[in-house]
Amino acid sequence: MEAHSSEIFVIGLTVFFLACIIGYYVVWSVTPALHSPLMGVTNAISSVIIVGAILAAGPLGHDTSKIFGIIGVFLASINIFGGFIVTYRMLSMFKKKLKKSKEKY
Amino acid sequence: MTNNLVAVLYLVSALLFIFALRGLSHPESSRLGNIFGISGMIIAVVTTLMFKSVISYVEIGAAILIGGAIGTFIALKIEMTALPQLVAAFHSLVGIAAVFVAAAAFYDPVSFNIGNIGSIGKSSLIEMSIGTFIGAITFSGSVLAFGKLQGTVSGKPIVFKFQHSINAIIFLIIIILIVYFVINQSPTIFWTIVLVSILLGFLVVIPIGGADMPVVVSMLNSYSGWAACGIGFTLSNNLLIITGALVGASGAILSYIMSKGMNRSIISVVLGGFGGEQSNISANDNSDKIIKQGNAEDAAYILKNADSVIIIPGYGMAVAQAQHALREMGDILKKNEIKVRYAIHPVAGRMPGHMNVLLAEANVPYEEVLELDEINHDFPMTEVSFVIGANDVTNPAAKTDESSPIYGMPILDAEKSQTVLFVKRSMATGYSGVDNELFYRDNTTMLFGDAKKMCEDIVKSLN
Repeated sequence: MEAHSSEIFVIGLTVFFLACIIGYYVVWSVTPALHSPLMGVTNAISSVIIVGAILAAGPLGHDTSKIFGIIGVFLASINIFGGFIVTYRMLSMFKKKLKKSKEKY
Repeated sequence: MTNNLVAVLYLVSALLFIFALRGLSHPESSRLGNIFGISGMIIAVVTTLMFKSVISYVEIGAAILIGGAIGTFIALKIEMTALPQLVAAFHSLVGIAAVFVAAAAFYDPVSFNIGNIGSIGKSSLIEMSIGTFIGAITFSGSVLAFGKLQGTVSGKPIVFKFQHSINAIIFLIIIILIVYFVINQSPTIFWTIVLVSILLGFLVVIPIGGADMPVVVSMLNSYSGWAACGIGFTLSNNLLIITGALVGASGAILSYIMSKGMNRSIISVVLGGFGGEQSNISANDNSDKIIKQGNAEDAAYILKNADSVIIIPGYGMAVAQAQHALREMGDILKKNEIKVRYAIHPVAGRMPGHMNVLLAEANVPYEEVLELDEINHDFPMTEVSFVIGANDVTNPAAKTDESSPIYGMPILDAEKSQTVLFVKRSMATGYSGVDNELFYRDNTTMLFGDAKKMCEDIVKSLN
């Protein structure tokens, strides 16, 4: 049980609040034109819970936990690939134009 | 791999995620940002696969491949106009995945280092149930939001008596269930929490109308982050906590920006009911007022003789898929030395930044696309405002009529330009149900018809 002492919780809480503050400033600096890609990318990175799913799916055997883990890996993968690719598509639209407008000058 | 090395690699991954968001501060740095994000994810996944306890690579590999293929297929096929639905659907996946991870941790606490079955630490149980609760709400809320955006479920807000009291009671029940769960660690109670939370997710989104969807989609984005955070606390995993907090903060800020764009508190949006029949009563009856109607040729003539034009696109443009035709029209005007710019209201479209993406898709240079604050003072110096598929965001009543439901909402000052061209399918009101007095002004010409068809016709006339 030492792995989950109150100490670890407090460390987690520290990390949590610091990350919230970083998130606050970083997100306000995002240009409004890119708010849709922002949603795409946050959607993709929130699927980092795949880490937890992999841990559950990792051991051999076929118990309940493993099945849940594999389902988790599957669902999170849809999101990771989908999220990053759709963000890439959006961003390349903004990029494409940049080149074009440069060519004009 | 030692625990320290794992912690360092997770930290690198978290930092890369921060840079991924940071990159979005400018279109030019944004693509690099996306690459940072992908790298961070690869590092996180590979590090986890290196764990000694992780050995069933076949199953995991298959799950990643199949899931990845599905995600890739959907992301490549999706129309940009359908982005809001897609994002809602993706949020629901994060939510349900969080539930599954929490369940896995509950059924096999040893693998996650949080105790043994039946004797999981209390704090872990609390974190686990909070993660589950938020995950389940995100899931069902997003599914319903998806339905409303896709049109499979009516976008009209569904309001019934005691709605908020019922939600409050359900929330209370969930808290009681969590307390019970922490005490007796029963699987039955775990799944009851899941089911009741799913029910609450539906009930929370049901009263929210179609046009409030930008706020809802952002809010669910935020929830999916907090769900990841909850799981992060359960697993004592800083990477999950950091990422969850970033996403949570991002969604919360977007919700704030969106509700400010409608001059409404987040709370009033969440309570819902806006845009229902009850707000359909207009303060003054405009049915006998005269409107000036024009056709594409009139519009082309007016546009051709202007020095500067500001185009105001709205959701209607997205529905009609008119962005390409619109850009073509803009190109011709630019060739005639007319200054063309686009004005984007914060809540135009069905998700934050939706209009910008659609215009980008149609190859409109982003320098020409301006936000409300950047362009609003230019309207008095502008000959023509070309409003296409937007309505409420130009309604002067928001500034003058205190009884109007949209009073106080920041609007684009199209009324201050010399001429207003209004492309609309009919005289129907916008989502707020409020009549737009701009329609009846002397300097307004209404162009009735499909937005795309109208743009194409104007292009023809211009040539």
